[in-house]
Amino acid sequence: MATNEWGINNPSKQQLAPVPRRRFVEVLLGTGFLATAAAFIYPVFRYLVPPKTSDLGSDAVVAGKVGELKPNSGKIFRFGSRPGLLIHTSDGAYRAMSATCTHLSCTVQYREDLREVWCACHNGKYNLDGRNISGPPPRPLEAFDVQVRGDEIFVRRRRES
Amino acid sequence: MAILQNEIRRLATARSLIRLGLIVFAAYLSYGQTKNSCLDCHSALPDPLGITQAKFSQDIHAQKGLTCANCHGGDPTSDDPDKAMSRKAGWKGKIDRKQIPPLCGSCHSDPAYMRQFNPSLRTDQLAQYHTSVHGRRWVAGDAKVAVCTDCHSVHDLKAPSDPQSTVNPVNVANTCARCHADANYMKGYSIPTDQFAKYSTSVHREALAVRGDLSAPTCSTCHGNHGAAPPGVDKVQNVCSNCHVFQAQMYEKSSHKDAFQAAALPGCVVCHSNHGITHPTDAKLGTGPEAVCTQCHTPGDACDQARAELLTDLGRLDQAIKRTDQVLAVAESSGMEVSEARLAQSQARDSLTKARVTIHSFRKDLVDQDIEAGLNITAKNLRAGQKAMAERNYRRVGLGMSLVAIGVMLVGLHLYIKKIER
Amino acid sequence: MSCLRNARNWLDERLGWDDLIAPLREKTVPLHRLSYWYFLGGITLFLFVIQVLTGILLLLYYRPGANEAFESVQYIMTQVQFGWLIRSIHSWSANLMIFTAFAHMFSVLFLKAYRKPRELTWVTGMILLFLVMGFGFSGYLLPWNTLAFFATKVGTEITGQVPILGKPLMVFLRGGEEVTGATLTRFFGFHVAVLPGLATVFIVLHLLLVQRCGISVPPKLELEWSANPSARREMKFFPNFALRELMAWYVALGVLGALAAIFPWNLGIKADPFTPAPAGIKPEWYFLFMFQTLKLIPSKVWLIDGEVLGVLAFGLVALVWLLLPFFESDHPLRTKRWITALAVFALAYITGMSVYGHLAK
Repeated sequence: MATNEWGINNPSKQQLAPVPRRRFVEVLLGTGFLATAAAFIYPVFRYLVPPKTSDLGSDAVVAGKVGELKPNSGKIFRFGSRPGLLIHTSDGAYRAMSATCTHLSCTVQYREDLREVWCACHNGKYNLDGRNISGPPPRPLEAFDVQVRGDEIFVRRRRES
Repeated sequence: MAILQNEIRRLATARSLIRLGLIVFAAYLSYGQTKNSCLDCHSALPDPLGITQAKFSQDIHAQKGLTCANCHGGDPTSDDPDKAMSRKAGWKGKIDRKQIPPLCGSCHSDPAYMRQFNPSLRTDQLAQYHTSVHGRRWVAGDAKVAVCTDCHSVHDLKAPSDPQSTVNPVNVANTCARCHADANYMKGYSIPTDQFAKYSTSVHREALAVRGDLSAPTCSTCHGNHGAAPPGVDKVQNVCSNCHVFQAQMYEKSSHKDAFQAAALPGCVVCHSNHGITHPTDAKLGTGPEAVCTQCHTPGDACDQARAELLTDLGRLDQAIKRTDQVLAVAESSGMEVSEARLAQSQARDSLTKARVTIHSFRKDLVDQDIEAGLNITAKNLRAGQKAMAERNYRRVGLGMSLVAIGVMLVGLHLYIKKIER
Repeated sequence: MSCLRNARNWLDERLGWDDLIAPLREKTVPLHRLSYWYFLGGITLFLFVIQVLTGILLLLYYRPGANEAFESVQYIMTQVQFGWLIRSIHSWSANLMIFTAFAHMFSVLFLKAYRKPRELTWVTGMILLFLVMGFGFSGYLLPWNTLAFFATKVGTEITGQVPILGKPLMVFLRGGEEVTGATLTRFFGFHVAVLPGLATVFIVLHLLLVQRCGISVPPKLELEWSANPSARREMKFFPNFALRELMAWYVALGVLGALAAIFPWNLGIKADPFTPAPAGIKPEWYFLFMFQTLKLIPSKVWLIDGEVLGVLAFGLVALVWLLLPFFESDHPLRTKRWITALAVFALAYITGMSVYGHLAK
């Protein structure tokens, strides 16, 4: 005689299907597992794909492109967490140095008329090597190395020993 | 007997030889040092006749090999006071104040003589002194005005580069104040005595004395040192413009330059004061106690309206920068990376500083250019900060979803455990 | 789950899989009021696995070297997709793991699980604790920021205080007389190669020993159960305890994720050897109690330099701690009171000194 799990004798009825509860737990477990696995795998997968911008470290930065700067002009670029100054001199060379004035930390600029680096705050002047030549600045500007590769201008900090 | 005589002769020779040796040795020791017998007595005498060896050894003239006699005359090699301090030997005794400038000038204005010691030292101090207020009054017979020794000290005179020198830039103001801040001493002269008090409140004094910035101006920077005199009412901005180039250029082209000149007003000093130059704030453009425009302009007139607009514009940029800084700070404390925007904020602050400099042109259109540039930069940074905050919220949502997934898993596990343990 | 059954049969036909895992099927865990403490070891292991996984991921972008380390971590935090998540989980998990390792050690201590026959388990466990603290110390320097630089300087300086051996040891650790880029390279080597290798060996040993000796029971309970065998309650490890452990691991995962998202680990400022140390440099919290102790010892005790005395004292304590089971009584049901007292004192001391060190200027 067929008895269902409530113990009721019902010969005409077939054995009932497994309790929905069992399926529910398994479904829950399966969903949970898949969801947590996805929550884990998705970030890892995205992480493994290299980002578009490459990491050059604080050592090197692309300060600009060839042709961007006219001769005898300068531009400010970001070098790590401080500003840098890139100068295209009138004889075609590139110079780069820190753009933070050593007097009171104003941002310096390149003066085409003077062909010198000038600080507007208190009339401090530096030459193209970064050396302080006039006015209040007590120290030279830190000079960087410039390398042109292809059409990109790389600025690198001078190697520390 | 002969043996004894020989013995005595030998001893005597030895003694003479030793004496000779000592004399030669002493001469060798004192080679190059001119004998300065004056200090033998004067180092023990009380003030005002006393001068210790310790004090004198700090004097730069002593270090260069000069002796008391180089200024006071007399014979420094003699130990006998009468011979050392004899008029015949040229002894001058105490130098009268009236004699000091030409005495110092007798060497210091002689390029050929000074070249022996320091070829790059200037030799025009006495000539400059004659152009100064001190010099002119000295010529007229005033005994109270400063002469060389009043500023440079005497007997322990140090080079200006020495931090302990009375004329080192850090100490100059104190030296000038010895007379110029003494109301009693300055009685009878028609100039105020509050310059030092005012200067002590100034940013220049703070830069020099507190921060040690030797490029900051002190009394002699604006007034000259040997040729000390006020620069002249119409020449003040020339002096300030040596460092404050941009402001001077703006002022030069502005309406105020001609107006002030016509009214014989001293340029920069009108708004910024001469000695008590404090850090200028936007309140100078306001209507409160620090306001400067209202000194001349009537409230409500066209210029006053322009002033009000300038103040509003500056305030607008200042507020925008502060707001962006706040957003960036919140983003940063939530762990978001906003260093690029923070760096760019310093450019926005530079724009604000530039706008404040452009005020000196007194043209609203020029100031507005700088304000607009600054507003653009700070708006860009604000957008970056807001993007960072959005990213932060996105992360929290992602976290929430993961936690829900974990919660489902935990519930599932719990039920499963219960199930298999039934 | 028939695919799993097929896989098992495949393995069994070749490796005798069923016989291999038979002991695991019989492994049981004693059930009593304090059973929850048994989770700690597993959680520590789980966190270690998390560290290895996130560490490997970080290795894909991290660059050791004074010029590049900080920037590469900055790159991970800002440019790499979910780099902030991986790095923050690595940093948080490191701290949590050290915490659970200590908690696991103390729970073993108080539950008296180190007694015979489990002395070697204790010894391997203590070695693992030292290795884990070494992981913490070496890993902390890798981002090359100011705090880490000076903490390393102070920490290696203290190591140098040990008599005779101290100076060579310090030079060995630092890769030179001072903390430089060479130190960073060296610490990197320790952190990703030397310590993981040693840790793996000792973890395997530790787990094998745990399997072999079984899970211990507190002495009082042991007494009860030997008097009344029917009162003994046990739970099968597979699947019952394992599933519960899995739940704990998921909770730990959730906590880690929340910490990483809400309190991401900060970058700090790039280290500059030429700037003076900022005031109030402190090591990470798990070294605070030692650091604070050294600060409190007077500079000279009788004729011995105070710091040397402190370092030697800690060395002695570590040795005693390592060999603690060998001081314990041989009798299976009796334990030495003084060891319990020492354990209580140690816990109170570590907690108190850590809090003190944190609050002190």
